[in-house]
Amino acid sequence: MLKYLGIEPEKIKIGVFDFTGCGGCELQLANKEGTLVDFLALLDVVNFREISSDRGDDYDIALIEGSITREDEVERLKEIRKRAKILVALGSCACFGGVNTLKNKFPLREVVEEVYGKDRVETGQVRALGDVVKVDLQIPGCPVSKEEVEKIVVNIVNGAEIKFPKYPVCVECRQKLNTCVFDLGQICLGPITRAGCGAPCPTGKVGCLGCRGPAEEANYESFRQILKDHGFSTAEVMEKINFFNALPEMMIDES
Amino acid sequence: MKVEMKIDVHHLTRVEGHGNINIRVKDGKLVEAQWAVVETPRFFEAMLKGISYNMAPTLSSRICGICSISHTLASLRAVERAMKVNIPRAAKLLRLLAKHGETLQSHILHIFFLAAPDLFGVSSVIPLIKSHPEVAGLALRLKELANRICDLITGRTTHPVSLVVGGVSKVPEKKELETLKEEIIERLPDIQATVELFRTLSIPDFVRETEFVSLKGKRDYPWIGGELVSSDGVIKKEDDYLAMTNEYKEDFTTSKFTRLSRESFAVGALARFNNNYRFLPDRVKAAARKLNLQPVNYNPFMNNIAQVIECYHVMLEAIDILDKLLDNRLDRIRAGFRVKAGEGVGAVGAPRGILYHSYILNRKGVITKANCIIPTTQNNANIHHDMAALVQQSLKQNKNDMEITRLSEMLVRAYDPCISCSVH
Ligand code: SF4
Ligand code: SF4
Ligand code: SF4
Repeated sequence: MLKYLGIEPEKIKIGVFDFTGCGGCELQLANKEGTLVDFLALLDVVNFREISSDRGDDYDIALIEGSITREDEVERLKEIRKRAKILVALGSCACFGGVNTLKNKFPLREVVEEVYGKDRVETGQVRALGDVVKVDLQIPGCPVSKEEVEKIVVNIVNGAEIKFPKYPVCVECRQKLNTCVFDLGQICLGPITRAGCGAPCPTGKVGCLGCRGPAEEANYESFRQILKDHGFSTAEVMEKINFFNALPEMMIDES
Repeated sequence: MKVEMKIDVHHLTRVEGHGNINIRVKDGKLVEAQWAVVETPRFFEAMLKGISYNMAPTLSSRICGICSISHTLASLRAVERAMKVNIPRAAKLLRLLAKHGETLQSHILHIFFLAAPDLFGVSSVIPLIKSHPEVAGLALRLKELANRICDLITGRTTHPVSLVVGGVSKVPEKKELETLKEEIIERLPDIQATVELFRTLSIPDFVRETEFVSLKGKRDYPWIGGELVSSDGVIKKEDDYLAMTNEYKEDFTTSKFTRLSRESFAVGALARFNNNYRFLPDRVKAAARKLNLQPVNYNPFMNNIAQVIECYHVMLEAIDILDKLLDNRLDRIRAGFRVKAGEGVGAVGAPRGILYHSYILNRKGVITKANCIIPTTQNNANIHHDMAALVQQSLKQNKNDMEITRLSEMLVRAYDPCISCSVH
């Protein structure tokens, strides 16, 4: 709109950073090729090591992928926090620790020994960004959806309000007229997980693993009932609930 | 004149993950050239312990956001070989098609976003959008196509949904497969234009003889499973992957190093090309000739060119696969199986080179031991030794430290290292 009126809105400076993660969330930023050129036109990418050798220290928004596992990462993150006006946790690793937290269930020494034998390698408990610094905005997902990131960044640029759905994945799943994967004999965390991803997992006939965190409008009571009716074991259910460390500890009946 | 140099590139840009280059030259002589990976390890092998067989591929996928399909496929293959599951033919074809989508996506990303800026003398692909819109256009259209393939076949571009133990969980409608085939055909001129574009770009001149390791083709250019081969004449069974990799740890780096017949070996597009050239169709061989790529090529910078060639190849093969899928019934896509104890290895030709997952499962199908050997891990020692040779050659040519820094950075990038993957 502004462009149409011949006014160039001032470009917003953005930095993209990665900590302990898989690179998948950053990679999504280069997706949705159809709108990529327009999206980039809104931004001044001053720091994005994976795709650019420019290294600016002056950015308004910091998009950060990955969780925190080492002391040097804590320092680096605090530096970014000082410089950024808006610090965004990008993806489930940054928001909740993500799959990396599966490591936390073992003693650290055992973990290092398993992989490196007698060699010494520094590592610590896996933490989410929010455990170390103040996070202004969380965009969950493993990986994040580029569509959502794009919408949010555009809203930040335009000063518009940022809203996430409060309803669970089931709502989006049913809109797609999918067969419920519970009826295929699988566990699905869709009833308690926040929507916004478009339900790719149940659409692919695979249960949701809750990568986007809890839905505000979730009905845990009825979810427990579904699990009970289908007779899944606690171990099976907990393996899924703990997968991304994104959902609250949930009591499940042993009976 | 006595030449002294101290080159330290901290967290090299335009590579995935964190790595440093350290070079020391004293009295005109190379003292040290180091390629040091400083990425924080995530300890996937430890995390996989206690995970059930059906979740292992989903977890393994998160080792790497760029080659998540390869990790999923290697993991599936390890589980399926451990539990003796034979997947239906249609599922095999769909998996290979997904694999091709990933190879295309990963190679295009590397060729245009990470390597090309060096060849055009700019800092990233972003300025290319303005200065060379036709190049940016090629990159974006081919990348979009690659994403489309992964999306349609696996349900998502990164971290596939529908690749599951026994086969695949969902198959697209034939109509959709038909459309996809047309889209690939429509993009063939773009890949041909990419070949022409790379004909005009000059690739640094450097040669260091090394050993190349890849899957060994039987009838086709190999991507999923089969025997292992090296250009020094080593042939091993898939299960003997440990004898092909021989991991060891060096102090200055968090990624392990590997060796086979010499001090280091290389994996990746160039290694596959060198070892399996004869399985490429004539059209693709002709394109390789145009780009001066002939087996055995020992210039690591030519890995970029081998990637261009593989892009062309996977696009053509994807069309063949789609024809086969369209000619057949697609109702059998997932095999039934019994969960049982066992040991299995899965080898896959990931975009950056051969990848191994190996698991031991107990009778409940829970993993009790896991080992993953990553392509970049296997390349790290080769990059390290190349760098010393490259600096020595450059010193002879009286290059200054700026030029040497640039060349060493380009060298590392040519391998397309995936560092977070390599320390997983
Ligand atoms: S959230 Fe998932 S996709 Fe994103 S960095 Fe973590 S593992 Fe990778
Ligand atoms: S498949 Fe999952 S998300 Fe979809 S309706 Fe069933 S429980 Fe909900
Ligand atoms: S369906 Fe569930 S696991 Fe899949 S992307 Fe959505 S929230 Fe994540």
